[in-house]
Amino acid sequence: MSAFVGKYAEELIKNAKYIATPGKGILAADESTGTIGKRLSSINVENIESNRQALRELLFTSPNALSCLSGVILFEETLYQKTSDGKPFVEILEENNVIPGIKVDKGTVEIAGTNGETTTQGFDSLGARCQQYYKAGARFAKWRAVLKIGPNEPSELAIQQNAQGLARYAIICQENGLVPIVEPEVLTDGPHDIKKCAAVTETVLAAVYKALNDHHVLLEGTLLKPNMVTPGSDSPKVAPEVIAQYTVTALRRTVPPAVPGIVFLSGGQSEEEATQNLDAMNKLEVLKPWTLSFSFGRALQQSTLKTWAGKKANVGKAQEAFLSRCKANSEATLGKYSGGSAGGLASESLFVKGYKY
Amino acid sequence: MSCFISKYADELAKNAAYIGTPGKGILAADESTGTIGKRLSSINVENVEDNRRALRELLFTTPGALQHLSGVILFEETLYQKTASGKPFVDVLKEGGVLPGIKVDKGTVELNGTHGETFTQGLDGLAQRCQKYYEAGARFAKWRAVLKISANEPTELAIQENANGLAMYAAICQQCGLVPIVEPEILVDGSHDIKKCAAVTERVLAACYKALNDHHVMLEGTLLKPNMVTPGSDSPKVAPEVIAEYTVRALQRTVPAAVPAIVFLSGGQSEEEATLNLNAMNKLQTKKPWSLSFSFGRALQQSTLKAWAGKEENVKKAQDAFLVRCKANSEATLGTYKGDAKISEGAAESLHVKDYKY
Repeated sequence: MSAFVGKYAEELIKNAKYIATPGKGILAADESTGTIGKRLSSINVENIESNRQALRELLFTSPNALSCLSGVILFEETLYQKTSDGKPFVEILEENNVIPGIKVDKGTVEIAGTNGETTTQGFDSLGARCQQYYKAGARFAKWRAVLKIGPNEPSELAIQQNAQGLARYAIICQENGLVPIVEPEVLTDGPHDIKKCAAVTETVLAAVYKALNDHHVLLEGTLLKPNMVTPGSDSPKVAPEVIAQYTVTALRRTVPPAVPGIVFLSGGQSEEEATQNLDAMNKLEVLKPWTLSFSFGRALQQSTLKTWAGKKANVGKAQEAFLSRCKANSEATLGKYSGGSAGGLASESLFVKGYKY
Repeated sequence: MSCFISKYADELAKNAAYIGTPGKGILAADESTGTIGKRLSSINVENVEDNRRALRELLFTTPGALQHLSGVILFEETLYQKTASGKPFVDVLKEGGVLPGIKVDKGTVELNGTHGETFTQGLDGLAQRCQKYYEAGARFAKWRAVLKISANEPTELAIQENANGLAMYAAICQQCGLVPIVEPEILVDGSHDIKKCAAVTERVLAACYKALNDHHVMLEGTLLKPNMVTPGSDSPKVAPEVIAEYTVRALQRTVPAAVPAIVFLSGGQSEEEATLNLNAMNKLQTKKPWSLSFSFGRALQQSTLKAWAGKEENVKKAQDAFLVRCKANSEATLGTYKGDAKISEGAAESLHVKDYKY
């Protein structure tokens, strides 16, 4: 094959397929220490390890929530944390048939000579780190590449750099038993319309899949985490059905059927928007050879965070909020979401201009 | 969209989808004058216009055959020919629910500095020619790019040149209302195994779809005509199920779902081999978002040609042979072929010619 078939090939295929199970999706709980600090400060909670541990424990022990999830992406610190009773988080997840994943990139740096475009770092010792994470129980990884739309962006240089980076990261993961989630996020920032977003998304995804082929990545053992195709943040909103149409068309034009599942990022969308858009995609009557699911961070945790506000007394209520979003998104992957699990919090836009993770 | 939306967009998508109708496929009857000459001489028939016309009339007027076809690829001369009673071939096809197509490439030339690798010519004035062909009734086109497997082949240069040529041709066709069939043929010649063929096919197809994206081609209005994934001609044969598995996997890894249909070339396979392989693919239980059909030349015409032998009194016999292959392949697109087609003389005959030049 032009694909590298290493010793982990069957396991990779099996795990990727499991993560793509209809009715399930991914909780992206891999906020770096800096990023989770911003979230905690928004609810006036101090950014110390025990608070970070408490938040994740709240999420992972929410009754019945884990049955809506096939995977959780963790930050390195969290991979080694335990509940207050001393049970490793990884065990809780595994016992509930949720595959632990790990963020392996080390953030973005600017590409000199461009207008603020970036490339993603994290290659140093990546193979060795993946091996360690595998030993600790991780079975998939995530690496976020970022592109933006501007008058002259994304440039061919930025597209190529990020596509090559994703491909190289992906093959290293596969060599070490981790299913790579390939995430080429095209930011929503800007006044462009949905057609522009569609054109850029298609160009970027085509470059990504060419790079994956060049690097001998086994597509059956990968997942894609793309942006949905939407108007820019400074443009008028459109209906979920329109977003669904443009998004699925873009994916049908670029993502080979061998990829088992596509797990969308939520970007700056509110919890409710993200769910409705995902639901509309799954209701669309058109041939989709991969499952369409979620890998949401903010769009799964926003109301939960606000409800918790760092107080032990609020844990039960916060867990209910979390379960509510998990269920809604689980239904959305089946095209069965009937709307209305939106509290005021769930409709709050989570868009932050030039968002830095 | 990253694709250019031509004024023909809806028509292109409709025609491409129609060609992919389950139960139907394409007859590749676009042999150039030189190539058809070789076929005719193999049955001792003179290569004159009237004989070329007579052969095609035999095929297009075979009772019951056209219902198994969604398209016929023609050579330029044939696009303007008529039946003996004066009816344009194009009308015969249209009335039979078959879209006329046209070969628009002008053959291959060697790539300087390579070891016999080629690129395909025909881009000069292509838009004007396509417009003319559209006016004459053509609704799809075909362009054959050729690659080979060898110690150091295909080279990146050959892959890029051919992918780029296919993409430019495709974009021009769409602007003129013709659905482009994208044909990146990897020759079967060689002693390599099926895994090598799979690796090369995946690499070539990935390059093609990147080029098509770069050139803003609307995939919903295209078709793919690839080789099946098989062992090299000098290697031991394998079962149709194995060919099916490797072929469909290669396509799953490279061909986006937006492409409505994949119409295989038969290469040097015998009529029966080609049908059995296509059938096996359609029986395979796996993800196939595009329909899998045929665009066969030799593998539809071999026994017909032999039965005809250029004689008027053999026309009925020849037409019977042609109908048998059309039906067999139609069933193969549905995975229902039972391998019981009346095997005419020549149906099991390998049609492989080393280093075949069209």
